[in-house]
Amino acid sequence: MNADKELDARGLNCPLPILKTKKSLADMTSGQILKVISTDCGSVKDMQSFANQTGNELVSSTEAAGEYIFLMKKK
Amino acid sequence: MKKMAIIATKGTLDMAYPPFILASTAAALGYDVQIFFTFYGLQLLRKDLSDVKISPLANPAMPMPVPMPVFVQMLPGMESMATMMMKDKMKKKGVASLEELRSLCQEADVKFVACQMTVDLFDFDKSDFIDGIEYGGAATFMEFAGDTDICLFV
Repeated sequence: MNADKELDARGLNCPLPILKTKKSLADMTSGQILKVISTDCGSVKDMQSFANQTGNELVSSTEAAGEYIFLMKKK
Repeated sequence: MKKMAIIATKGTLDMAYPPFILASTAAALGYDVQIFFTFYGLQLLRKDLSDVKISPLANPAMPMPVPMPVFVQMLPGMESMATMMMKDKMKKKGVASLEELRSLCQEADVKFVACQMTVDLFDFDKSDFIDGIEYGGAATFMEFAGDTDICLFV
């Protein structure tokens, strides 16, 4: 799946990946995909919780070489 | 819309983080958030946050690189050194600075209310505080807090 926008949250710790995700989604339109790359293992649960509470859809959550990749579809 | 109210009563570096982290995150999740700053919590509203420090003294839970007896922790400059080391560690671990978290709260429309009684009590100068804050008392807090989903005392 192609992302419409990418957020590099590498090196950032809680709650910055979530706050920056929220900010990035703000200037996107409904249905667009945001790709977030994080190195914070806590963001795996937090991204899911963010999606559950905001209605944005966490399309996928994967890990590769110590990096966590999230695809978030804007509500 | 869900609401959260926090009372921030502490002015040390470690105790400054929870209110700002929870407030900014709640705002990102769509909450209407208000923080009421009272007593030492008012220090967190100063333009200059360099006096917000952490002390190893009487804080046995603080992880130290080397064991440090209490009489060493009492020496002049130890508080500043501990604060410097903590801030350095936070930066390395990608933890936001207090200034950054505070401005993220303000950008997200978190309302800051300063306790007028404590401002008078400690003779604080309002010009030392950041812009965009309101002043009020216990009744002001209750009006918002009485209708919240989450209410925390920090």
